[in-house]
Amino acid sequence: MILTKTREPALMEIHGLTKTFPVRQSLLSRWRGQPVRKVQALTDVHLSVQRGETLGIVGESGCGKSTLARTLVRLYDADSGEVRYEQLDVLGLRGAALRQYNRRVQMIFQDPYSSLNPRMTVGQVLREALSVHKMRPPETQDARVQELLALVGLPPQAAGRLPHEFSGGQRQRIGIARALALEPECLIADELVSALDVSVQAQVVNLLLELQERLGLTVLFVAHDLRLVRHLSHRVAVMYLGRVVEVASTEAMFTQPKHPYTQALLAAAPTLDPSRRTAAPAITGELPSPLNVPSGCAFRTRCPHAFDRCAVERPALRTVSQNGGSGQEVACHLYDPASDPARALTSGLQPLPAQVPQ
Amino acid sequence: MTGVPVNSGDAALTQAAPQRWGSADAPLLQVRDLNVRIPTPAGELHAVRGVNFDLKNGEVLGLVGESGSGKSVTLRALLRLHRAPVKMSGEVSYAGENLLTMPESRLRSVRGGQISMIFQEPMTALNPVLTVGDQIVENLNEHRNLRGRAALERAADLLDLMGIPSPKARLADYPHQFSGGMRQRAMIAIALASEPRLLLADEPTTALDVTIQDQILRLLLKLRSELNMSIILVTHDLGVIAQTCDRVAVMYGGRLVETATVQDLFRRPLHAYSLGLLQSLPGAGQHRRPLQPIPGGPPNLLSLPPGCPFAPRCAFVTEACLGAEPPLVEVAPGRLSACVHFDRLPPLGEAVSGEEGAR
Repeated sequence: MILTKTREPALMEIHGLTKTFPVRQSLLSRWRGQPVRKVQALTDVHLSVQRGETLGIVGESGCGKSTLARTLVRLYDADSGEVRYEQLDVLGLRGAALRQYNRRVQMIFQDPYSSLNPRMTVGQVLREALSVHKMRPPETQDARVQELLALVGLPPQAAGRLPHEFSGGQRQRIGIARALALEPECLIADELVSALDVSVQAQVVNLLLELQERLGLTVLFVAHDLRLVRHLSHRVAVMYLGRVVEVASTEAMFTQPKHPYTQALLAAAPTLDPSRRTAAPAITGELPSPLNVPSGCAFRTRCPHAFDRCAVERPALRTVSQNGGSGQEVACHLYDPASDPARALTSGLQPLPAQVPQ
Repeated sequence: MTGVPVNSGDAALTQAAPQRWGSADAPLLQVRDLNVRIPTPAGELHAVRGVNFDLKNGEVLGLVGESGSGKSVTLRALLRLHRAPVKMSGEVSYAGENLLTMPESRLRSVRGGQISMIFQEPMTALNPVLTVGDQIVENLNEHRNLRGRAALERAADLLDLMGIPSPKARLADYPHQFSGGMRQRAMIAIALASEPRLLLADEPTTALDVTIQDQILRLLLKLRSELNMSIILVTHDLGVIAQTCDRVAVMYGGRLVETATVQDLFRRPLHAYSLGLLQSLPGAGQHRRPLQPIPGGPPNLLSLPPGCPFAPRCAFVTEACLGAEPPLVEVAPGRLSACVHFDRLPPLGEAVSGEEGAR
């Protein structure tokens, strides 16, 4: 267990990260002086990432998980908040310092076909990464390209081929090889295997596990597939409408989910056991629009336990148990002893019968 | 090169809905030697190769396979949705008539009437310039002969049945005013307006979030038992299969390679490919251990290997697999497999069958 050494300083610390996207305004509404509407992509996100761990980030579409990943590598500029990477103030980095940070923290995208230049051979793609960041002098680059291809399990001839000549799983390997060319410390994988067939998914998952072991990588695994996240992650953060609603060790998250949304999410995920079927859906209602996030707790409109306090006050993440050493944090008034004692479920909580996806 | 189709006895699986249509045992749909050939610049692509199956009243059949296995092409062929130059042959017998040869005018009354279809992406299936109400009413006019106020009322009932709030008001909305999950419900409402006996669903929840997927799948199952409708569900998601289907047909390289009841398949697959698929999924108690992938990738339908199409990726391959393509035959009561070594396959690891480790 890497994570038992708890109080080691985190590799990455995220504090109060907020990101909104303004919606394009019509001329009429500007003339009327109506305020610019904003999509709340991230609201006051707090999260820490330990060195060498895999942190899974799960949630449904529009929950902000991809925005978070992109903000962390500075593809988006945050509105406010702070990101610390070791001693670095990530959001304030510029020029050479930012390039250096981007080398150390690499992102791999869901669709390797749209992130690889279709006119460049795999060898050119990898050599470009090596020369831009001056990783290797030109004369040793070819040897390094061959090393990288071997590392991700591609044949040596792959260097001379174009991306379209590869299958989806192989392209994902190319994406990983390009990220590894820069010898990063941290990989941010956004839906790394979502586009792949299950039998091929397993190949890429194994590669990721092996590389992490060999190179001591820290991985942020952003995905919607709970089964995969459970398999890969040491800790998991659940997001809903731009907020982190629960953070816990994988074991605690999947066996004792605390937040009503986490419970519903786990219950809704289809299990592989045909004898365990329920007739009623785990949760009713739709995701609210991120343009119009409900007041207080964003989940209260679908929450079976919502009470008056949920509408007026946004619950903060608070540690509710020391499960798994690193603590289980939940953003829910039900777990706040200051809530109405009749409502607060801190002692006699009866969680929804969550089916545990496996 | 086709197997012997057999009616599997799995009556206990369905929720014993009353048989309103025909006799209990006569299949609603019989597919025999279905072939689909698609001409491409590189040669003729034989996308569906001799598929046989039966579908009973009120049964939910899952068609599962990876991309390129021919599952969607098969589903579309059932309603003759492929156009020239794509060639379809074989027999899709529905209520004694062959859908592949019946006159176009007759087919029009079956399509969208007794047999409806829903798709993965509702926005491409819905008409963006007609209101949702118009599109439901259109189907009611065509297939139920309901007009005017009666049609509108029925349309609102249908939206209500799908769990859409304030259904009367939403009839006047256009598809773009609906969210993704709502659009999927609207499309299902249109498909069900004609009270079909068979619903063909092509990855109906793949684009949806897991909580919405859960709602839609439960809704389909509820409608199945209320209307005694049969469903063919095409998906690549084994979890969806396990939670929704009565019987499963596994496709690989354009052929059915195994059919079984959902319980049997998830307890003990009898084809090396089905076994490989189930084993490649992460299981309980295996945290961060290497998974068991199937090596290689799906076969190229333009140049299939001789013998079993799965042989190049198979861990159990022997000389016997490489000669002729093994037929789909009954290997156990109610179970068909096209695997030469169905009796030599190990049982599925604890990973999938025993869920205790997950608790």
